[in-house]
Amino acid sequence: MEYVIEMLNIRKEFNGFVANDNITLQLKKGEIHALLGENGAGKSTLMNVLFGLYQPEQGEIRVKGKPVNISNPNIANDLGIGMVHQHFMLVDTFTVTENIILGREITSAGKIDIKKAEQQVREISERYGLAVDPQAKISDISVGMQQRVEILKTLYRGAEILIFDEPSAVLTPQEIKELIQIMKTLIKEGKSIILITHKLKEIMEVSDRCTVIRKGKGIGTVNVSETNPNELASLMVGREVVFKTDKKEGTPKQEVLEIKDLVVKDPRGVTVVNGLNLTVRAGEIVGIAGVDGNGQSEFIEAITGLRKAESGSVKLNGKELVNHTPRQITDSGVAHIPQDRHKHGLVLNFPIGENMVLQTYNKRPFSKNGILNFSEIYKKAKTLISEFDVRTPSEYTLARALSGGNQQKAIIGREIDRNPDLLIAAQPTRGLDVGAIEFIHKRLIEQRDHGKGVLLVSFELDEIMNVSDRIAVIYEGRIVAIVNPKETTEQELGLLMAGSNRKEAGEQSHV
Amino acid sequence: MSKRFKSILTPIIAVLLGIIVGTIIMLVSGYNPVAAFTALWNGAFGEVYYLGEVVRQFTPYILAGLAVAFAFRVGLFNIGVEGQFLVGWLAAVWVGVAFDLPRVIHLPLAILAAIVAGALWAFIPGLLKARFRVHEVIVTIMMNYVALHVSNYLIRNVITNHGDNSGPIHKSATLRSPWLESITDYSRLHWGILLAIISCFIMWFLLERTTRGFELRSVGFNQHAAQYAGMNVNKNIILSMVISGAFAGLAGAMEGLGTFEYAAVKGGFSGVGFDGIAVALLGGNTALGVFFSAILFGVLKVGALNMPLEAGVPNELVDIIIALIVFFVASSYFIRVFLDRISKKEVK
Amino acid sequence: MKKRKIGMALSLVLAAGTLLGACGKSDNTTKEPAKSGEKKTDFSVAMVTDVGGVDDKSFNQSAWEGLQKFGKDNGMTKGKGGYDYLQSKSDADYSTNLNTLARQNFDLVYGIGFLMQAAVEEIAKQQKDSKFAIIDAEVKQPNVASVLFKEQEAAFLAGVAAALQTKSNHIGFIGGMEIPVIERFESGFLAGVKAAKPEVKVDVQYSGAFDKAELGQNIASKMYSSGADVIFHAAGGTGNGLFKEATDRKAKDPSKEIWAIGVDRDQNDMGPDVVLTSALKRVDVAVQDLSKKAMDGKFPGGEVALYGLSEDGVGVAPINAKADKKADIEAAIKDWVEKIKSGAVKVPGTRDELKNFSAK
Repeated sequence: MEYVIEMLNIRKEFNGFVANDNITLQLKKGEIHALLGENGAGKSTLMNVLFGLYQPEQGEIRVKGKPVNISNPNIANDLGIGMVHQHFMLVDTFTVTENIILGREITSAGKIDIKKAEQQVREISERYGLAVDPQAKISDISVGMQQRVEILKTLYRGAEILIFDEPSAVLTPQEIKELIQIMKTLIKEGKSIILITHKLKEIMEVSDRCTVIRKGKGIGTVNVSETNPNELASLMVGREVVFKTDKKEGTPKQEVLEIKDLVVKDPRGVTVVNGLNLTVRAGEIVGIAGVDGNGQSEFIEAITGLRKAESGSVKLNGKELVNHTPRQITDSGVAHIPQDRHKHGLVLNFPIGENMVLQTYNKRPFSKNGILNFSEIYKKAKTLISEFDVRTPSEYTLARALSGGNQQKAIIGREIDRNPDLLIAAQPTRGLDVGAIEFIHKRLIEQRDHGKGVLLVSFELDEIMNVSDRIAVIYEGRIVAIVNPKETTEQELGLLMAGSNRKEAGEQSHV
Repeated sequence: MSKRFKSILTPIIAVLLGIIVGTIIMLVSGYNPVAAFTALWNGAFGEVYYLGEVVRQFTPYILAGLAVAFAFRVGLFNIGVEGQFLVGWLAAVWVGVAFDLPRVIHLPLAILAAIVAGALWAFIPGLLKARFRVHEVIVTIMMNYVALHVSNYLIRNVITNHGDNSGPIHKSATLRSPWLESITDYSRLHWGILLAIISCFIMWFLLERTTRGFELRSVGFNQHAAQYAGMNVNKNIILSMVISGAFAGLAGAMEGLGTFEYAAVKGGFSGVGFDGIAVALLGGNTALGVFFSAILFGVLKVGALNMPLEAGVPNELVDIIIALIVFFVASSYFIRVFLDRISKKEVK
Repeated sequence: MKKRKIGMALSLVLAAGTLLGACGKSDNTTKEPAKSGEKKTDFSVAMVTDVGGVDDKSFNQSAWEGLQKFGKDNGMTKGKGGYDYLQSKSDADYSTNLNTLARQNFDLVYGIGFLMQAAVEEIAKQQKDSKFAIIDAEVKQPNVASVLFKEQEAAFLAGVAAALQTKSNHIGFIGGMEIPVIERFESGFLAGVKAAKPEVKVDVQYSGAFDKAELGQNIASKMYSSGADVIFHAAGGTGNGLFKEATDRKAKDPSKEIWAIGVDRDQNDMGPDVVLTSALKRVDVAVQDLSKKAMDGKFPGGEVALYGLSEDGVGVAPINAKADKKADIEAAIKDWVEKIKSGAVKVPGTRDELKNFSAK
């Protein structure tokens, strides 16, 4: 079998930090090759070396057997290597075609021949079963469609080897299925694919082979048909991993949070939360399942005081809190692990220690007569850092310098330490690796066992099913169903999330 | 190389590069750079008189620089320092000419008037920003013109009867002292330098040591996180503009009660507020950095006046050097890359 | 990458170099060392300009021309011990510059312009052994000579010329800042127009600055568009915009009546086709005159020297040969000059005086 790409013994270091150490990855023609590793293991570095963004210190890259020197992304493009980025690089106000030809415009007499370009895009789209409308505006199409535009872009540029960077992170279960289909079609048409992911299920489903890297080192390549998720996980983490989170049966008590007829508008004035009702009791975890964009963010922002609610009621322990300030809500006993830790959760340019008192900086002992007491602040930070296993050189290190997982641990430590009655966790494990996810799930369950109410919002069905005591499905700004995780299936949830009513969902999923 | 060391080294390298390129420009255009820099040195340090003038010159620079830096630390770009400076100047002089009080009351009152005037002038853009999200850059630029023409109008029609100069302030409101004049051979050095140094300390203490400063810095770095943490973002925006304006107004008092002891109708901006932007930029928006960069600007500006006479070099060259320094600070990215390379070699 | 960066830096330096080279050249013309004659005297004299600088085409330039002429006539060299100037870059620099020149032992130091009044007064009090002179303002110190001009007389003659030349009976006046000097120009000009042709309408507008040519051009454009065909400016550098606008309009439509009147020095060079005349304020004459007195030991310290038509301190430049009313204007001016010199007519110097002015 011929290798289309060989990366042999690649070593890359940054200022003495070794990001890639002796990694070998060989891609056969016509295969889907998974690249598996925890966050920070060096997957992105390796792909950036292949894409010409970094130069390796050691090692060799061969394309179709010939050694090449890829010193910039243009060379990678010319060699037929295309990257489907995790964060789409699209101009929102342009059409699909305009985005695809951007930088490679077909011109006749100085004018862009958009008709011809549209024709070409349509042809490629049909050939690979992408079903993209070349004339649609990016801002009008779904996230899944946008990803296909990214795929089209690489194909349009003549890519033979496609690199998919965490492609399923932003998709619904249904869209993931479609993506897998598309990948299979691409292979049939003679392309080769490198799939970067840390989702074991997807690897098992589509890949032919899998290369695992851990802490910058190549661990090895395995044939997927000869392995199982547990083996892959332990290869990736370097130890045995427990998948099913251990938890006792919950003992829900009184209602902590009671939401009635909540209505919230987004910044454009569109009503995105439309009469939402929900209760969370002490000692239970309620998971909100739903596809991104069904009002989850606005819902959380409204109950934490970050966004104005148009109407409705939010009661904490019987006390009305709707449209109170974030500080009033926080002081009433609500803790909030925000969805976007960089935007809301941390001041990245502050030391991690000062981030630990982001809400309590004005309370004793951290502040006295308006003057900060830094020794108390850093004493607290030190305690939390060790208690929550935040890996940082010191408490004076800028939050920016920490890895995503450690940033998230810091936030969770800070929020739990305030001893809240209600813990709101919005996508607490997004972008984190298996080890960190395990840790965070344990902490959430621990809070429940201490008699706190926990409200969990996540786009990961596995997480919802694993951690929650009850699952509330959100669709178009309303809770459309409440199900017991033990009595439901992923298919049923997926259909409910897509707007089918409960009965239909039950019937279809059993067909 | 530590990060802190690098952040100090970057502006120093920018200054050196500015001087080097300035030297090249002088050589290319046929001037003698050695003579020019000697004249510059003599014009700033050659006599005790000039030393006094240098201090007099950089006193308002410190305060204008603090004003810009303070707003910047809270994420706001206060281009209106010039306008706040002008209203502060006028307010101080107004109190200085309108009343006749014992010095212990009169001088503090005049200074306070300048601070309040500057703060009020900055309050307007702060309020507009907080309430209606009107960009502070646009409002502060417009407020500069309003300040210029309103103070001209007031001098002409309210303080005087169609005159163009307020006349000298009462001696009880002056910042100058015969003793300072006597030790610096009649320079216009005045006590304002003490206020400027105290202001540096206040800025540092307020931002770095107080609870309020913690909020201001949080808002500056990340408004969303500040809001999430329960801080009142709008209140902090307004407050930061008010404090920034207070520094700027105090800078105006330096001119009104110290350098000039009067306020005159102006045909254009004084430039102090705009120089403050460069001072803050070079000083990295920290109190100590502003202090040192203001000194550098004061030395350059005063020393430059001596260049045409002693070396036959036009003093505009110093403006070019200052512009180059600002350019190199603004493009400090290149300098940082360069420093990174060096420190990398050290590791190997 | 590296090459590109170096290239960028190089081209930057080169660009800056040529730019400065150009500046340097224009400087050279004013910096020619005195060639004629050998040094006859150890008298030295210097001046401090305001922010306009010695190439402002107006007031400071006129003063510097006078000083240069004085220097050359007396065999002095530019620099210390001869004659020299310092340019101020902001109003905070006036004191420092005056002080520097006094410390360099120049025998006489001029502060050019009304804005320097306070600074001259302050330094004169400190440097009691040095002699100072101030143009356009009065400083009552024993070691300061004040020089004032009867600008209203020159402006009056300009007003007469404008009134006789206008076809639309519509004239404009652009002032710099509203300070007494400019008020004298305005009052004299309006009086001259009134005396020559009472029905002529005059638009008066102040730009508020002496260094904003673009503003001057805007005002001029508006005035011409509204029907004015002669505009007089007393606005220093701001007035340069007037000449630009007038020249542009004339070039577009040469048949049109478009005239501008200059100020301070003969500004015919600013627009040979459109400059009707200029209201001369002979700062150069005053500077030479006063310097000579000082050199001869007759420094009029504490006194105010008033320069008017009779002292040849003010006047008008030759009327543009292309003006069809040239002969009429010249005759009328000759007539008025005599009346003013003889004291038969007293030209108003303030707006209040203007109200009571009648030419008869």
